[in-house]
Amino acid sequence: MEDGNTLKFVIVGHIDHGKSTLIGRLFFDTNSLPPDKIEEVKKASKGRRDGEMEFAFLMDHLREEREQGITIDTAQTFFKTPKREYVIIDAPGHVEFVKNMITGASQAEAALLIVDAKEGVAEQTRRHANLVSMLGLDQVIVVINKMDAVDYKQGRYDKIRSDVKEFFDTIALKADYYIPISALKGDNVATRSDLMKWYEGPTVLGSLDSLANRVPPEDKSLLFPIQDVYKISGKRIAVGRVEAGTIESGIEVKILPGGEKTEVKSIEKFQEEKDKAVAGESIGIMTEDPVFLQRGNVLCIEGKEPTITNSFQANVIWLSKEAFDIKERIMMRLATQEFAGNVIKIKRRIDSSSLSILEEDASTIGNLEIGEVEIQVKAPVVLTKFNNIQELGRFVLVRGNDVVAGGIIT
Amino acid sequence: MDHLSDLESRSIYIIREAYHQFQKVAALWSIGKDSTTLLWLIRKAFFGKMPFPVVHIDTSYKFKEIYKFRDEYTKKWDLDLIVHRNEDAISSGMGPKKSKLECCTELKTNALKGAIDKYGFRALYLGIRRDEHGIRAKERVFSPRDQDFEWDYKNQPPELWDQYKSKTEAEEHIRVHPLLGWTELDIWKYIKKENIPVVGLYFAKNGRRYRSIGCEPCVNTIPSDADTVDKVIEELKTTTISERSGRAQDKESDYMMQKLRALGYM
Repeated sequence: MEDGNTLKFVIVGHIDHGKSTLIGRLFFDTNSLPPDKIEEVKKASKGRRDGEMEFAFLMDHLREEREQGITIDTAQTFFKTPKREYVIIDAPGHVEFVKNMITGASQAEAALLIVDAKEGVAEQTRRHANLVSMLGLDQVIVVINKMDAVDYKQGRYDKIRSDVKEFFDTIALKADYYIPISALKGDNVATRSDLMKWYEGPTVLGSLDSLANRVPPEDKSLLFPIQDVYKISGKRIAVGRVEAGTIESGIEVKILPGGEKTEVKSIEKFQEEKDKAVAGESIGIMTEDPVFLQRGNVLCIEGKEPTITNSFQANVIWLSKEAFDIKERIMMRLATQEFAGNVIKIKRRIDSSSLSILEEDASTIGNLEIGEVEIQVKAPVVLTKFNNIQELGRFVLVRGNDVVAGGIIT
Repeated sequence: MDHLSDLESRSIYIIREAYHQFQKVAALWSIGKDSTTLLWLIRKAFFGKMPFPVVHIDTSYKFKEIYKFRDEYTKKWDLDLIVHRNEDAISSGMGPKKSKLECCTELKTNALKGAIDKYGFRALYLGIRRDEHGIRAKERVFSPRDQDFEWDYKNQPPELWDQYKSKTEAEEHIRVHPLLGWTELDIWKYIKKENIPVVGLYFAKNGRRYRSIGCEPCVNTIPSDADTVDKVIEELKTTTISERSGRAQDKESDYMMQKLRALGYM
């Protein structure tokens, strides 16, 4: 097996459409389960349904989850195919736990959306798809589950597929595959189903193996947000993670938002000689001149600066039961920058599932609603549009000490 | 970037983020492979010198090899080591023979409470990983504990794009988990790549080795011939036994781990 090839994907969809069962099936069919784990789950499954093994228990570990048969929080587990290793991020399908779903999805490289063949597109199917699109996940597999409950009929598959596609078109999301499966029986999960000969596409495992790893934006121009500055045996080292491009010793960099220039004297990593670091690497640097660097500064190359601005447009998804009020001054964090700001306009307030416009020119944003907003801040911030460089195009809103919303710069 | 470098960079980012935010922090060191790897990463994050203490919660039931390793590397790595024990419980005879749940609670959880009270840490680094146990799979990178040390696992704050929550007054401390996304195999491959020293108990003698170490009475060996890091890695690629199968607290009853963790267990 190749190193460096682990793929993280999130399983999303409406409650009871079979996410946890599909995960259990994936583990089982890839022999990723230790015997003692199977024993534990079998034991815990006793006295439930027909004494059949509850695949869902493999992910649902909290007592409340097993007793109520729902997933409360997102979990991550690992399995492998002959091609590579996977991290599965399981996301709860209940509306109550969307903040846990989005936590899981924000860490994924791809999404697998599960839809119940009988029930069809439901409230969280749409909301999750919409959030997946908003988070910028562009590799999406749709699985149409419980085909066993609709007699493996192609007509039902075609209907659901066209419903999903219709919704995806409204949110500019494109699915790579639509796969008819039965997670419970194992059809088209690891092996092709004899009961759906009309389907010619890949199995779930086959489709996963065809996905690409997301790589940090190495080919873009340098963006290096300063995380902290350490004084170590008389040396001043500015540390951080390269978010885009490449940094090299000897190059001239511009320090944003101020605009001073300096030369990178050295790239610092403990017990390593380095003269270059690429996107994704956590490093330190020393500068040629005694310039003042602090957390929140962003280093870039002159002529290839990101945006420096006091106001910007964004879509925010509100994740707290206490609604946002336009009068509230709120803290925001974008990469390593932290600043207070005001939402000066809520152009539209949108239902994140139905996508219907709840209000134009609104003054609040409620739980699970999306606000199209204009934000104003006192000191300039350094940012890009989300579809340019995600790492500097997204931010969180913080109330008290908790993250209460995610924002995408448009 | 390869997989191990990617994991390393992410962990170092988390370590630096927590230190920036909380300052008064410490790392919990059980002297096992994970928390030793964690110390290694912390030393890397700060260019060789940890700017905060390392806490060893000593139950008095640890292997002698563990104490020896601890003292040797405390010196070599110039660590500011704090050893903390629940002396009252130890002297009153608390031990695994009484009840394992009670023993872990007294000698680990309550000892840790004592250490936090005494030193006033706002955040603690822990080397737990998601693949160790289903309950740990649900953890956040920054995970709050309240005054009673409880983990409100039903109501965890969202965590997006490496932006973590900060500590409120009502929260006793924040647990910081830089290794959450690593697997057991990742840890061993990284130990090999970086040549990180680990306690000899992990390597096979007379056909058996410890896959997970802790208190001597409560962990068991597994059959194995893996007497080098390379052989451990080979073994783990094909094993069907789960990592903590030799640990008593994971098995005693179905939800023991959940109970222990809700009470503040590591």
